[in-house]
Amino acid sequence: MSEPSFTPRRSTRLSGRSSRILPQARMSGPMPWVIAIMVALSVIAVAAGLALNNLAANAQAEIEGGATVQIVEAAPARRDRQAELAVSVLSNREDVEEVRRVPDDELADLLAPWLGADALGEDGIPTPALIDVRLRGAMTPERLEGLDRAVRASVPSARVDAQASWLAPVFEAIRSLQYLALGLVLLLALTSSAAVWLAARSALGANRDTIGVIHHLGGTDGQIAGIFQRSIGLDAFLGGLAGLLLGFTAIMLLGRQFAGLDSGLVAGGGLGLGDWIVLGCIPLLGVLLAVVTARITVMSALRRSL
Amino acid sequence: MSEATTSIVQFDNVGLRYGTDREVLSDISFTLYPGSFYFLTGASGAGKTSMLRLLYLAQRPSRGMIRMFGTDVITLPRKNLPAFRRRIGTVFQDFRLVPHLSAFDNVALPLRISGMSESEIRKPVSDMLEWVGLDHRSDARPATLSGGEQQRVAIARAVIARPEVLVADEPTGNVDPDMAVKLLRLFEALNRLGTTVVVATHDVHLLRKVPDSLIMRLDKGRLSDPTGALRYPPRREPART
Repeated sequence: MSEPSFTPRRSTRLSGRSSRILPQARMSGPMPWVIAIMVALSVIAVAAGLALNNLAANAQAEIEGGATVQIVEAAPARRDRQAELAVSVLSNREDVEEVRRVPDDELADLLAPWLGADALGEDGIPTPALIDVRLRGAMTPERLEGLDRAVRASVPSARVDAQASWLAPVFEAIRSLQYLALGLVLLLALTSSAAVWLAARSALGANRDTIGVIHHLGGTDGQIAGIFQRSIGLDAFLGGLAGLLLGFTAIMLLGRQFAGLDSGLVAGGGLGLGDWIVLGCIPLLGVLLAVVTARITVMSALRRSL
Repeated sequence: MSEATTSIVQFDNVGLRYGTDREVLSDISFTLYPGSFYFLTGASGAGKTSMLRLLYLAQRPSRGMIRMFGTDVITLPRKNLPAFRRRIGTVFQDFRLVPHLSAFDNVALPLRISGMSESEIRKPVSDMLEWVGLDHRSDARPATLSGGEQQRVAIARAVIARPEVLVADEPTGNVDPDMAVKLLRLFEALNRLGTTVVVATHDVHLLRKVPDSLIMRLDKGRLSDPTGALRYPPRREPART
């Protein structure tokens, strides 16, 4: 029998098949399922944040450059005269794009659900005349002050308000909800990292002897960490896909319910193609988080051995 | 040329204790030369395995100095140890095969760790398995192999990457006499290619099977030198490549 061929040494780089060094059992422990749940919840939270962002952006675009002039005058005839004068003043300004007096019927229809259909009219509760104004460009405090000064010079009982200021509390509430969604996503990421840390520690313990052998054969911490990264990364990817599917299903169901509300404000909160792409990236971020956590966990544990 | 530069392993006044117990190795000083064949003998509990652990860099000594391949390995940063370990082949007394890998994959492990491609790995691993008489069991998991077969897989794994130093702890303890001789011939073949071989054994009959070998004897953690192997210059010139 001839002697075996001895193979010379080389520099280090583990091949893909080296991941076999650890036992392979996909989706076996709790970690992939925890990742799936975390990804599903993250997808829903991010979708809510994006929808709120779209809603705020649409509302902002609609009222940007908008102002409302109220003529607060109890006597209907005098109120009409002053309203016509205000419309005339506003129409002659170059920075005004559109002026529209809200018809009394439309105003009555808007108020009817709260005051009743008979509460308004000549003998009913006096309501101010409303004039919608749309400026060329965005409304600024300076432009609002100029508009107010010009209108009040002719109609002292007029009050000019930027439409954005009315919805400012709504925008603030939306912003708070967005921060809440962001906070939830960060907490979910933290929980996912903790799940991966536990899984990596458990795998390290279960494979202590094998890791010792790899060390003795000249394997580096990086090579060992790489094996764990691949294994945990693949589990996280499968868990992430399951979570994405779950999250998308929940969004579809919620979207259908909100669409049923038939509300103008809610309609502005739909998700665009870019938003869906962002949501689709969440499992990939989950995989990245899992891989980085696994690497840090394994490397820090191995540093304590010789 | 100085001793440190010509030697491959140099122990100087090395002591080892585990925790606060008494020293299991005391005042160990010796020099191993490239291409030599050494037997490390001694009764059970004499400290053979502890000394081998120092040799294959699984343990740092409590005191003294160890140089390997011309480098002080006591102060060597941990991150540099793997490169040194790849230059050392180890046959463990308890084999330490990876249980869920086949015999082929266990033997291929050092080559995969050193970054060789699958196509480059196939032939040397097959040759090695054939040499140790396990080519027909290449797909078998360690649990399905006998003790002797596991030992042969462990030896094949230790020598496959052609280490500069081979450290074997009782490598023939579980094989029949014919296979023991065959494995010693494998070590000799590796030795002829320039590998320094250190075999720990308590089987005195084995020592006669390798006539050119040098003997180190451990007794209660202290080293004696029956063949003058440890002297500098040695009483008999070690084999050179």
